Amino acid sequence: MDNVGLVAIVSIFTAGFTIAIGSIGPAVGEGLAVARALAAIAQQPDESGTISRTLFVGLAMVESTAIYCLVVAIIIIFANPFWSSVLQRAGG
Amino acid sequence: METRLTISPDSIVYWQSGPIVLNATIVFTWVVMAMLVIGSWLITRNLTTAPRITRWQNLLEIVVSYIREQIREITRQNPDPYLAFLGTLFLFIALSNLLVIVPEFQPPTGSLNTTAALALAVFLAVPIFGIASRGVVGYLKEYTRPSIFMLPFNIIGEFSRTIALAVRLFGNMMSGTLIGALLLAFVPLFVPVVMNLFALLIGMIQAYIFAVLATVYIGSATRTRKMEEREHALEEREERVRETVSSEDEEREESMDREERRSRETETEEREEREHEESHKER
Repeated sequence: MDNVGLVAIVSIFTAGFTIAIGSIGPAVGEGLAVARALAAIAQQPDESGTISRTLFVGLAMVESTAIYCLVVAIIIIFANPFWSSVLQRAGG
Repeated sequence: METRLTISPDSIVYWQSGPIVLNATIVFTWVVMAMLVIGSWLITRNLTTAPRITRWQNLLEIVVSYIREQIREITRQNPDPYLAFLGTLFLFIALSNLLVIVPEFQPPTGSLNTTAALALAVFLAVPIFGIASRGVVGYLKEYTRPSIFMLPFNIIGEFSRTIALAVRLFGNMMSGTLIGALLLAFVPLFVPVVMNLFALLIGMIQAYIFAVLATVYIGSATRTRKMEEREHALEEREERVRETVSSEDEEREESMDREERRSRETETEEREEREHEESHKER
């Protein structure tokens, strides 16, 4: 297998795996957070404004990890840093 | 139809001469800046406090007062020193995320350069506001709370949360525009519209998150010891008042219960006497 094929295979595989595994953790965490927030709102409906705001801020923080994985996957697919150099070496 | 399937608007170059590059990020940043500045100037030319105000002044008043109340709620301090910085942050990001709906508009927040610049602004603003309100020594002592061993973690935390701010906003906006462009190539007509709506919602939420996180960071850096003690004292006083009120309520309830019991006892006594008399009469 030549270098070009190897880089392509590993890039595609890694990109898929990165986003697949990287979104499990944040999804579970966000589900737990929303469940607890709903319980809190049910207990104290007066504070629902504060609780909602805090929930959204917390969700954004938890979402960050999934966004990191998404950015890595997109960079590997669309702006692969090794693709051009390995193509050059194969062509030249 | 040409779809710009790029990872960032930096690669769309409109004009270039030597090292000066005019790419889509810069041009659309200027567009958003122009809209904000010219729009505000036009509206605030004739500010009045009369009962009838134009609807544009009403809009600006609602926006500014809402941001002010949010800052006051989150930092629990006077929001006026921070209103300019945090309000501008929110309005710039919100407007640039909102204009995604306009065709051919590339949001400048979809480029890591813009979001890194905004995160850097927050990174610099936190010590500036902190030192302005607590002094250099007071601000630096915050890094040793709760203990001196946390000093490296606090410093690392500062850097990592700045990077997180930049990458969070960039990732959300870039993925939104990229998915929209991709879907336009594969599934035209309905699915891209739904994805565009979703990207709009995410954009507004991310603008709010960015501003709220900046507010929280600045608020935690400017909260002085005296204010914490004052808050503590207020909370303790509220608790004591609540206790005395509840104890007064309990006393009142007890006395009412005693009266009730006494009246009930007298009632039963009277009833028994009457029955006695009747039985006596019968006999």
